[in-house]
Amino acid sequence: MFKASQKLAIAALALGALVSAPAAWADEEADLIINGEKMDIRVEAPEGHPLDEILSGWIFRTDETQALETDDFDNPSFIFVEQAQEAWSTVEGEAGKSCESCHGDVAESMKGVRAAMPKYNEQAKDLWSLENYINSCRTERMQAKPWKWAKADMDAMVALIGLQSRGMPMSVKVDGPAAEYFKKGEEIYYTRFGQLELSCANCHEDNYGNMIRADHLSQGQINGFPTYRLKNTKLNSIHARFKGCIRDTRAETFSPGSEEFRALELYVAWRGQGLSIETPSVRQ
Amino acid sequence: MAKIKPRVKVPSKAEAGEVITIKTLISHPMESGQRKDKSGNPIPRKIINKFVASFNGQEVISADLAPAVSSNPYFQFEAKVPEAGEFLFQWTDDDGSVYEAKKKIKIG
Repeated sequence: MFKASQKLAIAALALGALVSAPAAWADEEADLIINGEKMDIRVEAPEGHPLDEILSGWIFRTDETQALETDDFDNPSFIFVEQAQEAWSTVEGEAGKSCESCHGDVAESMKGVRAAMPKYNEQAKDLWSLENYINSCRTERMQAKPWKWAKADMDAMVALIGLQSRGMPMSVKVDGPAAEYFKKGEEIYYTRFGQLELSCANCHEDNYGNMIRADHLSQGQINGFPTYRLKNTKLNSIHARFKGCIRDTRAETFSPGSEEFRALELYVAWRGQGLSIETPSVRQ
Repeated sequence: MAKIKPRVKVPSKAEAGEVITIKTLISHPMESGQRKDKSGNPIPRKIINKFVASFNGQEVISADLAPAVSSNPYFQFEAKVPEAGEFLFQWTDDDGSVYEAKKKIKIG
């Protein structure tokens, strides 16, 4: 199933020629249709946005990986979504409650929740990600143990709740009390970290579409998270991906759930404003 | 990924003699036996070593799986449906347990 352009790229490598590899491995013109519903994966950037066009990471993946996301049966994320669906109705903790006891049908009560995350929580006076809300429910209402960030139980529940917003546009609030977090997130985004001295922007703003060794760089959008990665065959949370990226610059990373990563999550979410939520997506 | 659960997609209806597409996926760690844990002890092998699909007692497809197959193995294949009946899917684990899924199909 080699395409002509792919053959060319391989021929070029065989000659030992150093080429900036063309994006031959992905069909960048394709539309993403999940179960018959079309997703917005290319959005015109608003005034003052650092990018010209906002592009979903799905565009940069191979044909085979792209195909996995178009059908919920083929999408392996749904193994975990089903597990979370069971956890949703499972009573846990001292209060004898499940998620369902208060929130009822997840498809009704959690619709649109993911699209606005992370958001400023007035009561806690802090910026909260979906994980914060889940754990606050678990510890306060259910009196159960909190889940750890970026672990299987938590990622599955985030995926289940996120799925209820699939197809809706990313729309986080960055003004008012969230503005200070937004600013902090932006600063982290443009700060060079680690021995390799790379900032998020070096790859995901300056070089998306290019190859970084064998990897086709995307814009680093988070509209599909948690995402099932073929490389580790499980769901990966936003913060785990941030951590992986910063680790790859050979830096000491922030922790999943830290204030820094929540601020970065807000900023990166804003960079993807308007993209359809694809949760749970499939990536390489 | 503690729980092992099969998922199967079979159309509920077909024409007599029609060739249908069947998709199966089972959540399973497929531990190869080649890895070591943090203290250096080998992690014992635990994989699905056999997959069999049958229709009304007759085998449709069978596959032997090896340690290199990655977790959550997925099979997609085609089968001819001569009559109404039931598909049976069986995955055999290294520890001898067999995970089963059944799907009925109507004609018409």
